[in-house]
Amino acid sequence: MAKVVLQLGDDISTDIIYPGRFMATVLPTETPQHAFADHPEFNQRLRAGEIPAGSIILAGNNFGCGSSREQAASCLKGHGLVVVARSFARIFLQNAVNLGLPVVICPSVEAGEGDELEVTPTAVVNRSSGQSYPVTPLAPAQQAIIDAGGLIPYARARLVEKHRAAAR
Amino acid sequence: MGFTLVEKILGRATGQKDVRAGDVVEPRVDMAMSHENAALVLNQFQEIFSGTGLEPRVWDRERIAIIFDHRVPAESSKTATNQKKVREFVASQGITRFHDIRGDEGGICHQILPENGYVRPAWVVVGTDSHTTSHGALGAFSFGIGATEMAAVWALGRALNVTVPGTIKVVVEGELRPGVVPKDLILHLIGRLTAQGANFKVIEFHGPAIRGMSTSGRLTLCNMTVEAGATSGIVPPDAETLRYLHEEAGVREVPEDTLLSPDLDAHYQEELTVDASTLEPQVACPHSVDNVKPVREVAGTKVHQIVIGSCTNGRLDDLEAAAAILRGRKVAAGTRMLVFPASYRVYMAALERGLVADLLRAGAVVMNPGCGPCLGVHQGALGDGEVALATTNRNFKGRMGNPRSEVYLCSPTVAAASALTGAITDPREVN
Repeated sequence: MAKVVLQLGDDISTDIIYPGRFMATVLPTETPQHAFADHPEFNQRLRAGEIPAGSIILAGNNFGCGSSREQAASCLKGHGLVVVARSFARIFLQNAVNLGLPVVICPSVEAGEGDELEVTPTAVVNRSSGQSYPVTPLAPAQQAIIDAGGLIPYARARLVEKHRAAAR
Repeated sequence: MGFTLVEKILGRATGQKDVRAGDVVEPRVDMAMSHENAALVLNQFQEIFSGTGLEPRVWDRERIAIIFDHRVPAESSKTATNQKKVREFVASQGITRFHDIRGDEGGICHQILPENGYVRPAWVVVGTDSHTTSHGALGAFSFGIGATEMAAVWALGRALNVTVPGTIKVVVEGELRPGVVPKDLILHLIGRLTAQGANFKVIEFHGPAIRGMSTSGRLTLCNMTVEAGATSGIVPPDAETLRYLHEEAGVREVPEDTLLSPDLDAHYQEELTVDASTLEPQVACPHSVDNVKPVREVAGTKVHQIVIGSCTNGRLDDLEAAAAILRGRKVAAGTRMLVFPASYRVYMAALERGLVADLLRAGAVVMNPGCGPCLGVHQGALGDGEVALATTNRNFKGRMGNPRSEVYLCSPTVAAASALTGAITDPREVN
């Protein structure tokens, strides 16, 4: 069970999650400091370590629209956050899968800041309201990347396989 | 049942006969583009090879393009160091299509690719930039990916786990009226579709207004399809595509079997018709790209900074349209106007035609080619409470570097007309 620490509306762009002026920072060890930099209060709480790992960002439709910047996924992963949204934009969703940022697609979810949610593979249960909402599973192709531990190990296995085949 | 254009392209790129929307495929990649974020890609690329005992080599040094454009010249030591690392990587791997910060080859990636013939019909193009959608203008399937995904492409030459997108067919009937340009058309469409209306789908453009449109205009359309969430935009290649490739991109031969058309009985997830002749100049109002209104509804809004440029609208016809309005006139006092040609080739042509002189005499500042202030890093940040009117493609809160400012998006003609008055102005009212 984890708490909703930030509630957001529809069409939250990657410029909101990770402003463009910090794009020269690329290392996953350095990007978390700029997460939600233009929400100074939330950014401050993240940086101060006041938000426990596993906490939930709750969003509406089209979370992560806009720029393809991968920092928007790596900065949230660095804080151990989980994103539950009604829907995600394509590139952000794929970046999250590739990097191992937990994302949950829950088209009908209703909750507010401070609510306690239990996330299972099939549902998001709002323990504060008692309501349960079905989860849309990730595409099998995306699940395969998650199961491999992310795109880097997934691609590494493919690379090794390709070289073995070529050597035969 | 027939195939959409993207289904046909992915059929070619996978060697499979029957590729349909919803299938998962691994197409070979014809061109893989990155900009400064190649600094992140190359870290991830080396990580993929780590522990394998294999030497990190890119799959094809001639199918990777790297163009510096987001922060040129470097605005910080951090950026300069990233650019230095990328230069060293390019040299060590022998990557051939590298465009550094130079007056004889530089520019914005989405202009450099088409004008150098790095995009061809029926190609699969990926880029670590969401506006990679642009290159559908030449009949390619071209889409944005993240840096780690690009690292996998550099290693394997294939895009992994691509779900074949469904297609929205957009038919544009009629003809755009004078003063109304492709930017107005795409803003109108985004307003209709909303910022998520085309999520996970491709927008395929048809109709007489598209057939009569230049490649430059088609690049503007496809560029902004991502603002409706689209995976890409695409225009079936035609005589204009061939003209552009031959005359402007220096491509001699275009194999006939790459000039694909969608089948007449292709399955579309949605079909939309727009009558171009009823459109008027449009603006996207703060703080979302789908908050689109006719110019007349916001006319008179005071603007502090006008920006003409970006991968959406920094080409020669855009600068020509602006210069035609500003020639012999002055940018209003209290308004700053910044112009960013999309590439040095565009810049040189604008110089030769006298457009740069026209713009400078009017009071505009002509900057070096690059992304400029579009992504809020440098070259034109906004002050608290200031308003920008820009031909760029995003107006998210804080996009131009300051969350306490506002950005409106428009065509080059609306931008130039508004520069004269210092307020948002319908270009048809300025003769």
